[in-house]
Amino acid sequence: MRDFSYLRADNIEAARNAAALPGAMLLAGGTTLIDLAKCGVVEPATVIDISHIEGLNAIDVTADRALIGALAKMSHVADHAEVKSLFPAVSEALWQAASAQLRNMATIGGNLMQRTRCPYFRDPANFPACNKREPGSGCSAIGGVTRGHAVLGVSEACIATYPEDLAVALVAFDAEVDLGERRLTVEDFFLAPGATAEQEHDIRPGEVITAIEIPGSAAARRSTYIKVRDRQSYEFAAASAAVGLELEGDGRTIRDIRVALGGVATKPWRARAVEDALKGKALDEATIREASELAMQGAVDHGANHYKIALAPRVIARAILKLGETA
Amino acid sequence: MTVHDMKHAASDSARLEAVGGRLSRVDGPAKITGAAHYAFEQQLEGLAHAVLVGATIAAGKVTAIDARAAETAPGVLAVLTPDTIMELKGASDWFGNPPALSTYCPLAREITFSGQHVAAVVAETFEQAVAAAALVKVWYDETPAIVDLSDGKAGDGIPIDAMTKEWGDAQAAFAAAPVRICAAYNTPREFQAAMEPHGLIARWEGDELTVWEPSQWLDGMARTYAEWFDIPFRNVRLVSPYIGGGFGSKALALAHSAVTAAAAKMLGRPVKLVLNRPQNFTSYGGRAATRQTVAIGADKTGRIQSIVHRGVNETAVDGMWVEPLGSVTSIMYATPNFSSKQNVVRVNTVVPGAKRAPGENPSAFGIECAIDELAHELGLDPLEMRLINYAEQDPHAKKAWSTRQLREAFAAGAEAFGWAKRSPQPRSMREGRQLIGWGVAAGTYPVRRAHGEAVVKLLADGSVEVESSSIDMGQGTYTILAQTAAETLGVPVSQVWVKLGDSHFARAGVTGGSRLAGVMTGAVYKAAGQALNELIGLALSDPLSPFHGLQANTLVVRNGRIASPRGDGPELAIAELMSMLGRERIEAKGDTVPPSFTPEQRYNNYTTIAMALPHTEGDYSRYSWCAHFVEVRVDEDFGTVRVSRVVSALDSGRLYNPKLAESQWKGGIIMGIGQALLEEGIVDRRHGRIVNSNFADYMLPTNADIPDIQTISVGIPDPHSSALGGKGVGELGIVGVAPAIANAVFHATGKRVRDLPITLEKLI
Repeated sequence: MRDFSYLRADNIEAARNAAALPGAMLLAGGTTLIDLAKCGVVEPATVIDISHIEGLNAIDVTADRALIGALAKMSHVADHAEVKSLFPAVSEALWQAASAQLRNMATIGGNLMQRTRCPYFRDPANFPACNKREPGSGCSAIGGVTRGHAVLGVSEACIATYPEDLAVALVAFDAEVDLGERRLTVEDFFLAPGATAEQEHDIRPGEVITAIEIPGSAAARRSTYIKVRDRQSYEFAAASAAVGLELEGDGRTIRDIRVALGGVATKPWRARAVEDALKGKALDEATIREASELAMQGAVDHGANHYKIALAPRVIARAILKLGETA
Repeated sequence: MTVHDMKHAASDSARLEAVGGRLSRVDGPAKITGAAHYAFEQQLEGLAHAVLVGATIAAGKVTAIDARAAETAPGVLAVLTPDTIMELKGASDWFGNPPALSTYCPLAREITFSGQHVAAVVAETFEQAVAAAALVKVWYDETPAIVDLSDGKAGDGIPIDAMTKEWGDAQAAFAAAPVRICAAYNTPREFQAAMEPHGLIARWEGDELTVWEPSQWLDGMARTYAEWFDIPFRNVRLVSPYIGGGFGSKALALAHSAVTAAAAKMLGRPVKLVLNRPQNFTSYGGRAATRQTVAIGADKTGRIQSIVHRGVNETAVDGMWVEPLGSVTSIMYATPNFSSKQNVVRVNTVVPGAKRAPGENPSAFGIECAIDELAHELGLDPLEMRLINYAEQDPHAKKAWSTRQLREAFAAGAEAFGWAKRSPQPRSMREGRQLIGWGVAAGTYPVRRAHGEAVVKLLADGSVEVESSSIDMGQGTYTILAQTAAETLGVPVSQVWVKLGDSHFARAGVTGGSRLAGVMTGAVYKAAGQALNELIGLALSDPLSPFHGLQANTLVVRNGRIASPRGDGPELAIAELMSMLGRERIEAKGDTVPPSFTPEQRYNNYTTIAMALPHTEGDYSRYSWCAHFVEVRVDEDFGTVRVSRVVSALDSGRLYNPKLAESQWKGGIIMGIGQALLEEGIVDRRHGRIVNSNFADYMLPTNADIPDIQTISVGIPDPHSSALGGKGVGELGIVGVAPAIANAVFHATGKRVRDLPITLEKLI
């Protein structure tokens, strides 16, 4: 870890001004930034501590929307009574992320900025080629150990998986991220690598995430997050799905459905083809399983991650079936 | 140095304090409160910090190192390279064999594995050393690496004739057997993954070296340092009060140890070096990857006619590690014909090393899965299969077992688990979308024995000190030696202070192979007995003693008070008697070393493993035994395996402290769950480098992965194995867990996974 300057921002304006400085990085919970600095992946010239800014950790939930401040802790949001009742997939995604210690430190804004677990990205000393770190340097993962890498949204420049859980639920329910001057859907906030793997978020110098807003809906109220992983806790998803379901009055015809995937794509991945295929259909296992396969349209594997193409549709199907069973 | 709360321990009753009592760990409160200071937590005046630079290629040569930028970086005291580090002498190996080369350089010019140390930066602060280490530029001439056993360049390897075990005509009997199975079983490269990393502080005072370093073998490592620096053995003092997990990895002084001690000598300052987490995957060896084929031929009743076994393990290009893969294969089941052979294959890795139950663990994975496959082939219950082929004596050594409570373990485990309710067909038990499987496997580990010594001191205040250079890495040495001394002397545990982890205490051999408890309880029992005899002798013979002239042949000590056996004389506390006798202390050094041993043999007894007693010495074959019964739940869509129940029945002979033995067994079982389902060092084949060298990506079980584990002791005292009747505990628990899980996965899914770990993609 190299020397850096430390600035404490006492208000959001100061944070925005400081964030515009070259080489500046924001510090909130610190769980990602310090980790990456120790790996040598980031070398901030200036660290701007925003954790003392007042009023950015509020959680305000009504039937119409959840408004979550950027500095709210993951554990507080996960345990919030109205988040649990009105946006269960959001709470479940957070509970299954990281560890209890990390959830107590990490913030919602920081969580959106969490970077990939690609082992090649995280080891600059041994793997200098990484288009995310050094544009144009190449991708060490392609041709290497790819068991955890993405099958959706990949490019020749990068196949790194977006690792987190919360944003998957946010994308499913059309959440927006508040950047001050601008507001973007979470889906648009995250960028697939294309030819510019180094650009992971649509965020500009001087912009600071202040809040996220999730619109309320019947599908959000009846939602769940299923995370399949190698071990039972403290592990990133092999594949995960955030699903919300609204049925017609007959109790078996799908009026609205939301499906997003984690652990298999380069960004939190909305599976609209699955949604479109199931709207108006009966809640029937064979139909659900067949439609869930549509999520893998365009999937490209790199050998060891081939299993994700079989796994992810099953995760979607099981999440839908689980919601159907809890009618 | 040790700050144990003996009062806490003493709140338990006398029944708990005796040998065999469930006394809680006496070092527990110190560890929980942070009062326990681990080896490299020492705060020393003038301490400098060293950070290593590792090779980024797996094979080739260092052609140049540019250290100029690092040398001028803030706080840097020195940059050590192969050209600038002081020359060391070669050191003998752990068998005591003299070194092949007379000199030793712990920084490499010839690279044989990725991560090998090529340079070290020493600076005033740790942060300065880290920053400067990143400035060291190294150029290489890279050559193709052999990345692992499946590398096309690896070849068949080197036959290890000493591993060959054969009787009868195994090939012919297998060919003639009416029922046959043959399968290949693989285990990956695994790591010890101790929470406490490797590291040390080295300080020189003249030609005397003090090293604070977590160690499973103070005397062995002190010998290595003494030989490297060409100083007398007694000039090295190794201090290791607590060890935050070793699992076999902390028994040897390693290259990073040599770099640190050399840096301290060159700079004339104490130097601290702690390996970062990725370096803990490349600076010393984990368990070697293994390949086995097991062929078993049986008659139609299930009686085994022949076992043919072939094994391979990986070793390093510049070092030899043999993981004995036929160790369990050759003794678990009775068979008239047997053949086992083993090769080792050199690959570009750090030399593999000992990880919990080296040899027995992968060996059991092969034979215990194969026996399950044979049972399925024959339509027999896998438990019945094992009983049909029960070995009534050691099939290899052809000697009687000292004790073998394996039949009792099968019975007790099956009863507690409810094995009789098992539905025999694979894929026939389920709950919703979870397939349920029940599996069984047996395990064993030899009783490794050695000679030991201990010092026991009775002090003026009536307290007792026990001293030994052995160590406690969590297994409970502090506690059981306090229990042994307390019981032998007749004093409460609250009066006993056990001091370990200093190589200037009474000598001890390696803490490994589950030998320490048997060795050290025997030595403390002897030393304490000698101290007690001396106390009683003085009490009876010294004119100053109130017992002088009493018509008694002996005296008894109970609860710290001394009296005549009939109670017809005075009764007083040991402290009062010591005061009357005018004695400051009574000190006895007791040992179990044969009196015929020369000083050199004694030295080798503690500093090598060459003097260990064979477990088949004399008339008996000595092993610990266990049977694991496991329930798994496999999601039919996701292929995820979760262990939902474990019942294990184990024969470790007499237990010196059942609470601590159960804890060690459970630790082994948990490690076995990790081995079966999660652990694997994954190599990038282009670079020959482990890419998951951290605790996020090298997966270990979390609490949520571990179900309730029931352990049942079925052991009986084994007088042939140790002075007090115990056999081994710590290594045993892991042996057989992975095959029990693999067998349960087969029962759940109908899929036989023969490559560990059993990850979800192998089942979907």
